Amino acid sequence: MSTATTHDTHHAEHQSGLLRWVFTTNHKDIGTLYLLFSLLMFFVGGAMAMVIRAELFQPGMQVVDPMFFNQMTTMHALIMIFGAVMPAFVGLANWLIPMMIGAPDMALPRMNNWSFWILPFAFAMLLSTLLMAGGAPAGGWTMYPPLVLQTGDAFPFLIFSVHLMGISSIMGAINVVVTIVNMRAPGMTLMKMPLFVWTWLITAYLLIAVMPVLAGAVTMLLTDKFFDTSFFNAAGGGDPVMFQHIFWFFGHPEVYILILPAFGIVSQIIPTFARKPLFGYSSMVYATASIAFLSFIVWAHHMFTVGMPLTGELFFMYATMLIAVPTGVKVFNWVSTMWRGSMTFETPMLFALGFVVMFTIGGFSGLMLAIAPVDFQYHDTYFVVAHFHYVLVTGAIFAIMAAAYYWLPKWTGHMYNETLGKWHFWLSTLFVNVLFFPQHFLGLAGMPRRIPDYSVQFAEFNMISSLGGFAYGLTQLLFVYIVFQTIRGGAKATDQVWEGAKGLEWTLPSPPPYHSFETAPQIK
Amino acid sequence: MLLRNMKRSLSGVAAASLLLGASGARADWGLNLPVGVTPISQTAYSLHMLILWICVAIGVVVFGAMFISILRHRKSRGAVPAQFHESTTVEILWTIIPFLILVSMAVPATKALIAMEDTSDSDVSIKVTAYQWKWQYEYLDEGIGFFSNLSTPTDQIYGSEEKGPHYLLEVDNKMVVPVGKKVRLLLTASDVIHAWWVPELGMKKDAIPGFINEMWIQVKEPGVYRGQCAELCGRDHGFMPIVVEALSEADYSQWVADQQAASAAAAADDDREMDMGELMTRGEKVYGTHCAACHQANGAGLPGAFPGLVGSPLIKGPVAGHVDIVMNGKSGTAMAAFGGQLSDADLAAVITYERNAWGNDTGDLLQPSDIKAAR
Repeated sequence: MSTATTHDTHHAEHQSGLLRWVFTTNHKDIGTLYLLFSLLMFFVGGAMAMVIRAELFQPGMQVVDPMFFNQMTTMHALIMIFGAVMPAFVGLANWLIPMMIGAPDMALPRMNNWSFWILPFAFAMLLSTLLMAGGAPAGGWTMYPPLVLQTGDAFPFLIFSVHLMGISSIMGAINVVVTIVNMRAPGMTLMKMPLFVWTWLITAYLLIAVMPVLAGAVTMLLTDKFFDTSFFNAAGGGDPVMFQHIFWFFGHPEVYILILPAFGIVSQIIPTFARKPLFGYSSMVYATASIAFLSFIVWAHHMFTVGMPLTGELFFMYATMLIAVPTGVKVFNWVSTMWRGSMTFETPMLFALGFVVMFTIGGFSGLMLAIAPVDFQYHDTYFVVAHFHYVLVTGAIFAIMAAAYYWLPKWTGHMYNETLGKWHFWLSTLFVNVLFFPQHFLGLAGMPRRIPDYSVQFAEFNMISSLGGFAYGLTQLLFVYIVFQTIRGGAKATDQVWEGAKGLEWTLPSPPPYHSFETAPQIK
Repeated sequence: MLLRNMKRSLSGVAAASLLLGASGARADWGLNLPVGVTPISQTAYSLHMLILWICVAIGVVVFGAMFISILRHRKSRGAVPAQFHESTTVEILWTIIPFLILVSMAVPATKALIAMEDTSDSDVSIKVTAYQWKWQYEYLDEGIGFFSNLSTPTDQIYGSEEKGPHYLLEVDNKMVVPVGKKVRLLLTASDVIHAWWVPELGMKKDAIPGFINEMWIQVKEPGVYRGQCAELCGRDHGFMPIVVEALSEADYSQWVADQQAASAAAAADDDREMDMGELMTRGEKVYGTHCAACHQANGAGLPGAFPGLVGSPLIKGPVAGHVDIVMNGKSGTAMAAFGGQLSDADLAAVITYERNAWGNDTGDLLQPSDIKAAR
């Protein structure tokens, strides 16, 4: 590692000013771009969520037209999934994978630059639809035909922006796979890789497998709309339900794309702050692989109500329930890692613990949703909305926050403000539960999702949920403040940063040299 | 109004804070799945409670262990970290035990699912067709058919009038079923995918254009049960409720007879001449029910999404073009084909109304016989 430091200075040749960021092929620069882009999209998507919660604050139509409400729910989902969560994970992969496996950079740096710079164009195109005649897409992020075919001028822009996001993800995923397979330091065998690297390797394969499926599905929509094909039009011999099968064949692995890297992050953080090795490293790896495999054979549980044959419903119910086993293994592993450890509760650990508790709550409602005969009641209600926000917000996003606090001192060389970090965690945790927990009740009591107005029996819980939503949204401004404060300055971070931190990235200086490991370290 | 809302919200927050301490049912707050009034809804409820309690039990064990750890195994209390890891026995146990728990859930779930999908031996068959944004019910053996539209006044939705007790969950024509009989529903849609759901009847199924889905209900108690469309279907997805009234067998037979008489009377309208005043009055009513959701009550439409009708070239142009669009719809848009939905008299009235309302004043007057000729 001392070699890495001495070689640092004369290799840090890069353009200055804005062009540095346009032309950069450096994994850290690109990681930063991804993370900042993701943060921006988090607030754009968050602003849309605020519009949704404002309209749902009371029964009756007060703030927006129902059509605009539908545009908001559609765009909120597309932006949060493809613009906030996925780029955040790719940004973390860029920053961390080379440092964790002892490599100087990603394997395909120029493609890395390209895969990032597609994204701003994809989202500019998607967001521009808000200004078009007929407004933005309003048929839901799932883009079910025939409804999505009623979209106005926005339709081709929606399809092409999804294509661009897919191209970006596939390139990012290929880069991750090639880097991990080829650029590990000598002695870094697969079963010695940090879990974050493992979960990302598996995630990358999922991305390569399913993003083309999504591209195919939306291309068929495009030809149905403009070239008179009838893939999904019953009157022309097609089948609208076929779209749902194809979409969810992409969509379910996509769900794990959004959570597997989070599992990796939490598996790095908990051992550090429990000062105790992860209880079952290899069983965590196998559990991740099992979840990835199962994710390909459970897609139709998103569509139990479309009228599948009984045997189909039974198969997808059983397969879905099976996912609880490897997911349980993960949760049990995290808890056993804490057991008889010596824990401290810095902000990253708080977010990781919050993740374990609240992701598990989301897992429980997921198990309930798997039971087809009861899913007929839960399906398309706020119970589902509560479920996937528990796994995505208190799951994926809490893990991303944990990662940001955990590695920020390494990235910037400065410690963040611990007091503010703790405030950020506690306020977020309080308000996110005020926001989403009552939605379980709303769904069970019969409130469908994606409605702009509701009957008066749902008024109280909606108002509570909206208040929680506004407060949660405001709290995230604190995160922005903490991050930029840390970038600008702060107490000097040590190389190891955390007392219990283990792994190659902690052997590098904070901040690390521009090209992480120029001489590969030797792993024993 | 504002004060009332604020009072309601305050009492809501107060009740929420009480919630943790208060036991007992809070029916008005709707915390849980309704038990419902059909065999399906009751099975679903008991399965739901079974799984909920299993999850609670697992949660107590997992979170319990975690919180003990957090309280006792912390560095500030001088805890020294153990270094144990990897135990094949433990790992096999925590794979097998959850698997067995899952099997114990899957058995009753499988039984329930098989019963739910059995639509054989039904007593009454009703074809349910979904449209943007209303439902049509056709009783296949009785020869009855009607549309069911939201009946909540627009003023309640936009806050200029107090909201009623069944706000957004009330319709002009309820679907009526006999108590105790197995009723089979055949679901389809004419435009986009919708879903038929009444929580207390316990089943939800998609209505898909070009396909027919089946489900069955058997209501045990007379009463009125309310639900709504559960699949996003466009602008007014939140405004297409479903109301089912279960009547005793005698009342049901009476209702069937009344409906049959009413549809015979309506059919007679198609054969007579109407004057301008009658056409306009009837046309305004039909317009309000079938057209105003998109084109708006004042005919202005919503720019970009739904065209306005005031002074539109289509309406100012020849009658035949206007009749064609209303009867056959416009593909690739939300404009439905109303030819199959409305009677000759209603079509004549609504087209006459559109051509003469809001200052369009074309002076054109259509009779039911003109529509019959255009079919």
